[in-house]
Amino acid sequence: MQLDLPLLSLVIWLPIIGGLWVIFAGSGARERGVRYDALIISLVTFALSLLLYRDFDLTTASMQFVELHPWIASFKINYHIGIDGIALPLILLTTFTSILVIAGGWEVIEERVNQYMGAFLILEGFMVGVFSALDALLFYVFWEAMLIPMFLIIGIWGGPRRVYATIKFFLYTFLGSVLMLVALLYLYAHAHSFNLADLQATALTAAEQRWIFIAFFLAFAVKVPMWPVHTWLPDAHVEAPTGGSVVLAAIMLKMGGYGFIRFSLPITPDASASLDSFMIALSLVAVVYIGFVALVQQDMKKLIAYSSISHMGFVTLGLFAMFDIYAATGDWKNAAMGIEGAMVQMISHGFISGAMFLCVGVLYDRLHSRQINDYGGVANTMPVFAGFMLLFAMANAGLPATSGFVGEFIVILSVFKANFWYAFAAASTLILGAAYTLWMYKRVVFGEIRNSKVAALTDINGREAAILTALAILVLVFGIWPAPLLDMMHASVQHLVEQVAQSKISVAAYE
Amino acid sequence: MKELCLYIVLAPLAGAILAGLLGHVIGRAGAHWATIAGVGASFLLSCVAFQRIVLGGEAPLNENLYVWLSTGGVDFHVGFLIDQLTCTMMLVVTFVSWMVHIYTVGYMHDDPGYQRFFSYISLFTFSMLMLVMSNNFMQLFFGWEAVGLVSYLLIGFWFKRDSAIYANLKAFLVNRVGDFGFLLGIAAVLMYCGSLDYAEVFAKAPSLAETTITLIEGHPVSLMTVTCLLLFVGAMGKSAQVPLHVWLPDSMEGPTPISALIHAATMVTAGIFMVARMSPLFELSQTALSAVLVIGSITAFFMGLLGLVQNDIKRVVAYSTLSQLGYMTIALGVSAYSTAIFHLMTHAFFKALLFLAAGSVIMGMHHEQDMRHMGGLRKHMPITWITCLIGSLALIGFPGTAGFFSKDMIIDAVKISTVPGAGIAYAAALTGVFVTALYSFRLVFMVFHGKERMDHHTQEHLHESPAVVTVPLIALAIPSLMIGAVGISPMVFGDYFGSSIVLNHEHAELMERLHEEFHGAGEFTLHGLMQPPFWLAMAGVFTAWFCYLKQPSIPGKVAAALAPVKRVLDSRYGFDAFNEWFFAGGARGTGGLLWRVGDVGLIDGLLVNGSARLVGWWAQVMRGLQSGYLYHYAFAMILGLLALLAVFVHKVLA
Repeated sequence: MQLDLPLLSLVIWLPIIGGLWVIFAGSGARERGVRYDALIISLVTFALSLLLYRDFDLTTASMQFVELHPWIASFKINYHIGIDGIALPLILLTTFTSILVIAGGWEVIEERVNQYMGAFLILEGFMVGVFSALDALLFYVFWEAMLIPMFLIIGIWGGPRRVYATIKFFLYTFLGSVLMLVALLYLYAHAHSFNLADLQATALTAAEQRWIFIAFFLAFAVKVPMWPVHTWLPDAHVEAPTGGSVVLAAIMLKMGGYGFIRFSLPITPDASASLDSFMIALSLVAVVYIGFVALVQQDMKKLIAYSSISHMGFVTLGLFAMFDIYAATGDWKNAAMGIEGAMVQMISHGFISGAMFLCVGVLYDRLHSRQINDYGGVANTMPVFAGFMLLFAMANAGLPATSGFVGEFIVILSVFKANFWYAFAAASTLILGAAYTLWMYKRVVFGEIRNSKVAALTDINGREAAILTALAILVLVFGIWPAPLLDMMHASVQHLVEQVAQSKISVAAYE
Repeated sequence: MKELCLYIVLAPLAGAILAGLLGHVIGRAGAHWATIAGVGASFLLSCVAFQRIVLGGEAPLNENLYVWLSTGGVDFHVGFLIDQLTCTMMLVVTFVSWMVHIYTVGYMHDDPGYQRFFSYISLFTFSMLMLVMSNNFMQLFFGWEAVGLVSYLLIGFWFKRDSAIYANLKAFLVNRVGDFGFLLGIAAVLMYCGSLDYAEVFAKAPSLAETTITLIEGHPVSLMTVTCLLLFVGAMGKSAQVPLHVWLPDSMEGPTPISALIHAATMVTAGIFMVARMSPLFELSQTALSAVLVIGSITAFFMGLLGLVQNDIKRVVAYSTLSQLGYMTIALGVSAYSTAIFHLMTHAFFKALLFLAAGSVIMGMHHEQDMRHMGGLRKHMPITWITCLIGSLALIGFPGTAGFFSKDMIIDAVKISTVPGAGIAYAAALTGVFVTALYSFRLVFMVFHGKERMDHHTQEHLHESPAVVTVPLIALAIPSLMIGAVGISPMVFGDYFGSSIVLNHEHAELMERLHEEFHGAGEFTLHGLMQPPFWLAMAGVFTAWFCYLKQPSIPGKVAAALAPVKRVLDSRYGFDAFNEWFFAGGARGTGGLLWRVGDVGLIDGLLVNGSARLVGWWAQVMRGLQSGYLYHYAFAMILGLLALLAVFVHKVLA
């Protein structure tokens, strides 16, 4: 059932226009007053996205809520949006996280409050745009536009080394995405269309696919981020304000995984198949190598940033193991399992990493330090906070009954079918993930009160408790009953697998 | 039946949530009443289930509650399998848990974290029940990790103590090493059986007995061996088998009630339960069973020895737990699963009793745990003394007590087994009896007999513990005495376990032979009086009496004479030092190296900032050319002209 309202467009443009309004209406005396406006806008946007979920048809893989209007007719560029079961959960994650970010910056941000809130709302709209664009150029526009508010958020409200971090962040991601643009233009020349479905159907030779795959790879691998193009992330996280870190970890990293699913796999299936060992190797390096690196971090945010990279390794692993799984079992159904595992991992990582950064933010707001050594014995003065952080730390360590377990579990089970040693390396996260997360937790939260600053800490207030409670509920619900999340994506993943299973080379040679 | 099971698991969970989230509202009394009622209800309902399934002969229940998720054409369920094995475990878990709940009212009386403690132990009961009542591997893993979480929380219950928060991290990580193997084992099961539901997997397994897989190119190995060994790695972590045993002694940092409940009676036996549950798989791999047998033998013997040199009362009992878990593992290794579960059950009672008695002593001694400062307590704490004595007699297998039946049965089974490794196991099990008796009665004599060695202040305040403490002791002492004689005929030889334990033909014959030699509990007891285990145990008691009561100077002399041996034992065979150096240090070193050399050095230093510097350097060079001096530009033009001229001339001449 489709509503007459352009619901999807509303979810994209309401926060963008609302964000602009917040910035302009909130100048001068009303600077702090517009926080309520921003909160309301984010809540309404979330409610609208829930309507998307309500009216979403789980049985079909075809795009829903499609809107198609000519934009630049001479180049056949359209304002073409729509969602399937892969985009929907990510959009819900985006609209949900945005509420938390607005609420999270409530009293903490004291300068340019209106601009801060506005930037996040605009960013939200762009991110939803990325997940719903069905026109490659529209996708590219949203993709690049998204960088601007993020660049400003880190650059204005960030820490002392924010300039280095923003430039690094910008150059890294921009370099990758420029190559994506080149690839898209090449594809346009081939298919005479920017319509994603057309691009996915375009026949390409093996060599063409390989070059396009590499160009896409650079754009998406930076975003995920995959080893070795990950070093911008720890710097960006450390310097970003809490809200920035939350959006970065919870949503922006997912753009990379989404890009692989939407572009690399269906547009260049043969190249994906032939380069899969390379992708798997990088993923496993991320899981293991970065796991070790996380262990020795002294800065809490850096530690969580590295932990994010390690967890995102499961996403790329689950996506690209599909070819080996198929080769080993002869059944594409098994391959779908890896992709679904990757999707679950993305959503769950959104909750957990967001929650972890919020926890660090709670501590940072009080003590203005992210160094593990400045803490110790926090449980004595902040028992409620300690309880929340324990839950999220355990989720980060992949404890069953939290959402953190589900994705890793499915991915490990599915890659085992491809190769025992893939699963072996991936499962090391059970030990490493627990080691770095719980070791940090021990040093920060447990023990005697370490210094007078910790002794003076006050436990979380109602606003912070509300934010963390919302996340805690989601982490537990999707740990105990993840079925609804997977049911959302079955049809679309099935469709994706069918697309990827279809070689494009022979068709290209025929043409 | 399904509803019944739901109530059984949800009652403790409700108690845990009430005490945990609303602890400040319902208060201390509210918290203990809520949780005691929850677990009590769970116990009574478990009795109903036991009555119906085991005594009433009702068919086992195997039903799914809901689909956890479905992917790749596989449905992962949450569901219950209630058969004879499960019912036994449910009774043991809920009964011991209930007793521990009651005991805690006294033991934790003055602790500020009272409600939190009750919440944790009820949560534990819920998790443990989910583990044993599961009908599939996924939920088993859920319960498996959940009990690990609660164990982590409870070892670190006194989170201000450095030793406690070191121990709980260590326990969690060592268990994760086990889970690492366990998870891979589960993945193997899913890949080859296409399901994680026990019923389907066990039905499919026999057809996979001959399947091989290739892990290293050119070396195919039996699938079942690999799967069972991976699963057993999980059991080694949870049930503290060498070399993954290192966390259990340290777990004594937790409050004593949980040492009794989690680290003696229930959680640590989850590994034993799991292997028994997987008997249809393990029966397909003799190699895996032999590995189980050898690991069990090593644990039973060497961990027992460590019990001899401990002075902390809880650590003595902890090492004895390790050793007894070794015995259970030995039983698994010779396919005497029913005997292993039988020993698991008797051990749960008498070991919980010993821990709670030790806790009672610790309370009386004002939190003194060093046995060298105790002595002569029997006059002050008669009930604790008697119950502790009963527990110790059961532990050393004194004829007639519960431990006698289960342990002698294990030794008999190993004796006639022909499995590779059975010889070692028999030797280990037999000498282990002497060692067990020695350290057990060393404890009894040092604590309850002889001179009173405590300081004056403590001595004056010595008194028996209150009824909330002694009643659970008595309640556990009764099964420690009786359950063996009652249970042995049906549980080991009868059709008690029905289809829940599967034996292959060869191993069924072993049990047949054992059965032929068995003529009822009474005769087994009389027969036991003439067997080597009994005399070894008596020798151990006598040695303990002679060395620690009669001639207390002897242990010092022995220790001096065997100084190198003593050093090895005191260092606990060096496992902790090695782990700390190799694994903990190695991981930190690797992390530091990868970070500094890889991330900071190569990627950021050379590639990222390097390319930025390259651009900078190039710009520098180019800027140098644009000096603004006319003669520089003129000179460059002349050079250019000369170069062009040279090319031109060269071309013309050619």
